[in-house]
Amino acid sequence: MQEKNRGLALFTSLVFLFLLGPLIIISFTSFEPGSVLKFPPEGFSWRWYENIFEVEMFMTTFKTSMFVSLLGNLLALLLGIPAAYALSRFDFRGKGILNGIFISPVLIPGIVMGFAMLKYVIVVYHLPIYAGLLVGHTVLMLPFIIRVIASSLSNFDFAIEEAALSLGAGRLETFFKVVLPNIRSGIIAAILIAFLESFNNVDISVFMTGPGVSTLPIQMLTYVENNFDPTIAAISVLLMILTAILMFIIERLMGLSYFTKR
Amino acid sequence: MRKTGLYLLLLPGVLFLTLFMVIPIVMTIASTFYQDGSFTIQGYLQFLTDAYFLKIMLTTLQVSLVTTIACVLIGFPAAYYISKLGPRKKGILLALAIFPLLTSSVVRSFSWMIILGKKGLLNSSLLAIGLIDKPLEILYTPTAMMIGLIHLFLPLIIITLVGVMENIDPDLLKAAESLGASKLTAFWKVIVPLSVPGLIIGSILVFVGSLTAYTTPALLGGKQRVISTFLYQNAITLNDWHLASVIATIMIVITFVVIYFMNKLATKLNPKG
Repeated sequence: MQEKNRGLALFTSLVFLFLLGPLIIISFTSFEPGSVLKFPPEGFSWRWYENIFEVEMFMTTFKTSMFVSLLGNLLALLLGIPAAYALSRFDFRGKGILNGIFISPVLIPGIVMGFAMLKYVIVVYHLPIYAGLLVGHTVLMLPFIIRVIASSLSNFDFAIEEAALSLGAGRLETFFKVVLPNIRSGIIAAILIAFLESFNNVDISVFMTGPGVSTLPIQMLTYVENNFDPTIAAISVLLMILTAILMFIIERLMGLSYFTKR
Repeated sequence: MRKTGLYLLLLPGVLFLTLFMVIPIVMTIASTFYQDGSFTIQGYLQFLTDAYFLKIMLTTLQVSLVTTIACVLIGFPAAYYISKLGPRKKGILLALAIFPLLTSSVVRSFSWMIILGKKGLLNSSLLAIGLIDKPLEILYTPTAMMIGLIHLFLPLIIITLVGVMENIDPDLLKAAESLGASKLTAFWKVIVPLSVPGLIIGSILVFVGSLTAYTTPALLGGKQRVISTFLYQNAITLNDWHLASVIATIMIVITFVVIYFMNKLATKLNPKG
């Protein structure tokens, strides 16, 4: 049996090598001094990191991505927190259907959603492209916000809320002073998870970008089509650092168990 | 107060989703049956009788199927190993699996371009050790897409399976062994059946994910089209919105059919009933 375990351990190591190897390789190539991607790099240079800040489109689209992910997040919270609360707190007819509607944005293929939004949100409703992008990302984030917040509400003891109500606090006051503070870490985790989903999104953004409006991942795709220098590798490293930091905070707030539950 | 209060909580979200998701999707589907003001299924007939479309569909299904099978075969043993580890090691390995999952798909696909390219790491290594004498053409083939998609979805199936396997009572294994089953038999008769519902859910996620993925095929597939890149091409490059809507509808239908049947299967095979 010991032998079999060792075989399994070796197998698992290879699996992780497969998963992480490419990310390590891309990190190394970002320091290549020449203009062709090479592994191993032929030297060490910050040249391509500097290039990120020299290509104006990367800065512009980074700002757009930040703006859309943060404002969309705020919108999704405003829409999602009340809904998550209602769905976890009360039993009522049609709850299953509503649950389904709120989760459905993750079931519909992203590329289909992007196309449908282009057709209706931009063309039929005549929303400006920037607003369309924002709306699209809000729809995208809503299910993550609702799912994570509902799961932290399911650990909340509503008896505490009843106690506050019976002591004379108003419903709204109870919600802001008792419920919200108790699920604070869940809300922050929801914000971070939704942010990553939105910030990395391609499927919807690829339809909602146009002349002058683009997001960072879309700009990266466009750049790769025309250039094959290590700039994208350098951006990738910065994005991975961002991901690692956010993941660390999520872990601290609610553990990573959210990801293992389906 | 209760009823109105409840509606007030749900209404903003429902309205928002109706306006910006439900109506766009429903209207997109409806639009495929109308052309020039009259009912038609021309778009679907065109799709089903064109060899080029069918080839794209076949490539998509093939790539998704191979990706799913590979993810299951690779992910299952790894997940089993992880689920048996102590909390500290398990935590580290899960974190290492979740990290790529949260990393941008552009970054992940791009890293495979560096590895699989004509002058990429794989070819230069194979040439250096003399295993091949001219570079392999892997990038921009269905194989490249599969590798990229396996890389994309393997963490998903691993963490889903670890979640399921963690909940299997270890006493069941001990019971099976004390009744004379070998470790391997116990594994087959206890762990595998109890993991099936999780395995099916994981497979749905991988299959539907591969079927509808855009970034990875767009970067690693080159001129090789799959259904999602074909949808994009028709919508944006060729401006054929009718055909694009037909493709979108087909994608929705396939997605929901797969989810429906796999869910049914999962319920049926769930040993807890």
